[in-house]
Amino acid sequence: MAGVVTAHLSRDPELRPRHRNEPRWVQWLLIGLALLFMLLIVALPLVSIFIEAFKRGVDVYVASITESDALSALRLTLLAAVISVPINTLFGIAAAWAISKFRFRGKQFLVTLIDLPFAVSPVIAGLIFVLLFGAQGFFGPWLDDRNIQIIFALPGIVLATAFVTFPFVARELIPLMQAQGPHEEEAAVTLGAKGWQIFWRVTLPNIKWGLLYGMILCNARAMGEFGAVSVVSGHIRGQTNTLPLHVEILYNEYQFSASFAVASLLVLLAVFTLIMKSFIEWKSHRETAKEAH
Amino acid sequence: MRQDLLKTLRGVFTMKTMISARLTLLLLAVVLVVSACGGGGGNTETGGTSGGNTETTTTPNNGEAKTDPPKPVELLNVSYDPTRELYVEFNEAFAKHWKEETGQTVTINQSHGGSGKQGRSVIDGLKADVVTLALGYDIDAITEPGLIEPDWQSQFENNSSPYTSTIVFLVRSGNPKGIKDWDDLIKPDVEVITPNPKTSGGARWNYLAAWGYALKHNNNDEAKAEEFVSALFKNVPVLDSGARGSTTTFVERKIGDVLLAWENEALLSLDEFGEGEFEIVTPSLSILAEPPVAIVDKVVDDRGTREVAEAYLQYLYTEEGQDIAGKHYYRPTLPAIAEKYKDQYEQIELLTINDDFGGWQTAQEKHFSDGGTFDKIYIPGS
Repeated sequence: MAGVVTAHLSRDPELRPRHRNEPRWVQWLLIGLALLFMLLIVALPLVSIFIEAFKRGVDVYVASITESDALSALRLTLLAAVISVPINTLFGIAAAWAISKFRFRGKQFLVTLIDLPFAVSPVIAGLIFVLLFGAQGFFGPWLDDRNIQIIFALPGIVLATAFVTFPFVARELIPLMQAQGPHEEEAAVTLGAKGWQIFWRVTLPNIKWGLLYGMILCNARAMGEFGAVSVVSGHIRGQTNTLPLHVEILYNEYQFSASFAVASLLVLLAVFTLIMKSFIEWKSHRETAKEAH
Repeated sequence: MRQDLLKTLRGVFTMKTMISARLTLLLLAVVLVVSACGGGGGNTETGGTSGGNTETTTTPNNGEAKTDPPKPVELLNVSYDPTRELYVEFNEAFAKHWKEETGQTVTINQSHGGSGKQGRSVIDGLKADVVTLALGYDIDAITEPGLIEPDWQSQFENNSSPYTSTIVFLVRSGNPKGIKDWDDLIKPDVEVITPNPKTSGGARWNYLAAWGYALKHNNNDEAKAEEFVSALFKNVPVLDSGARGSTTTFVERKIGDVLLAWENEALLSLDEFGEGEFEIVTPSLSILAEPPVAIVDKVVDDRGTREVAEAYLQYLYTEEGQDIAGKHYYRPTLPAIAEKYKDQYEQIELLTINDDFGGWQTAQEKHFSDGGTFDKIYIPGS
């Protein structure tokens, strides 16, 4: 990942080290195998989603993605993502800033803690919130007295989503900012820049592509999360069902075409995210290339 | 890619980075605006409804005499797995009836899943106005934290069970394994599909029916019954958490030779997939499954929805409610409607939970609580 220098091999075989010069057929074999594998486990399932979705015609497809429960699931999924992504972005920047630019006790512990949501199973992540905020949970009676509903409502879904997507931005930024070191900020201080000025003019421009990349990964995961959200959702149709949960419900109700239609919505959201990601990669490459010259 | 970034971003305060900083800001702003829109979208909706609420509450204040329509009300019915289609239709019928009766608009929200799991959600704070679960024990469990009054079962007729059902076998067309009765399920080459008795109500009825059959055919020898269900569960390759999950496992994923299913679930899958693919086999003995309903007292009192919630459950006992239950293959309890649908069902000798198993509390403790017979006989992966 960032900070690791990879050797770029020349395109001209003559100039490449001998042991890296495989015969042509080995190259084709490897490429062919990789392609075949991709075709089998990525392309085919994706295509089959669309085939199943349109099996009963375009009318059924349109009807099932414009049906009110599907729309409310879509709305909830987007809402959960647009709340948890900015929260995790702010947190990620703050954490990466603290970890990479300052020295303090327990830094390693903080880094480990940030990684925790990756290590914990999403179902456990959901249960944690039930244990904390459920009616029988730690804060349950207090919340109940004040009539605050967290679990089985939007706040719980956002919490679960935020928990699961918590490390993406921070994980992306920490190595980047660590590699950059505090020198540029220090230089800015000596030139008389103030705190926010340094952040907006030095730190942020330096990390922007990494940041956007992290946000996009975070967003992709937030929209697709199933396990954790399933535990805290309560599965109330039209209210606390996200898109992935709605797909499961439709599937279980023998509405296979409808369930694949809704699944195809998720695929489209994912494709859109991928396009954004590639765009950002391309953009950052171009910019670095330009500035290098 | 990023180490290249580093190299190039050395020049501090160049015009370019200023521009990129602005671009970054712009992109961040876009994200925020989108989130504001999304939030706003949600808000306008809730704002809309709450706005609507304040309006409706202010209008009656202004013109109490004009008898404005009462403000709309929402109910949440937390139910078990196979009642999805039943309640979609019933909710519509009740909403229409309630509107005619009182002028009030009622929206009923549904949540479905394994019965035990659903009960657990209500205990954990899912704000259900009514619960319509697969068996009494799951509602008893909700009485423990004080959400439901302990005497709930006497609140409505027939032990608060508006409709009943039983457990039958669903086999593949032509019954290739020749399954006729419970005995055939313990043959070594038969794969049986049933949900997990820990989370599913239907699965507990399945288990008890098998247990009852074994007792009856072994002179009430409990050790033999344990052996029997143990052999049966050795033939179970997957335990889903709810009845509907098991049905899709059997019907869609085509796993297993026989599905132990709710009678209504079995008849429904014949409907969905045509008669050609599956057959129902009625065993010589089964169990009278009584899925009960109850008001969640704490929630309806907090929300002020008791009246409409009671009317909702009571409506299940009316001719229309019973007719809808019959249409969805539940056995109606109202004699007139039961007569109408009687050809739908085979006559089976039925055990009952109270007479043959000493009620749900006893049965649950003996078989399904931690350390019960199910824990003894079921070893995952064996």
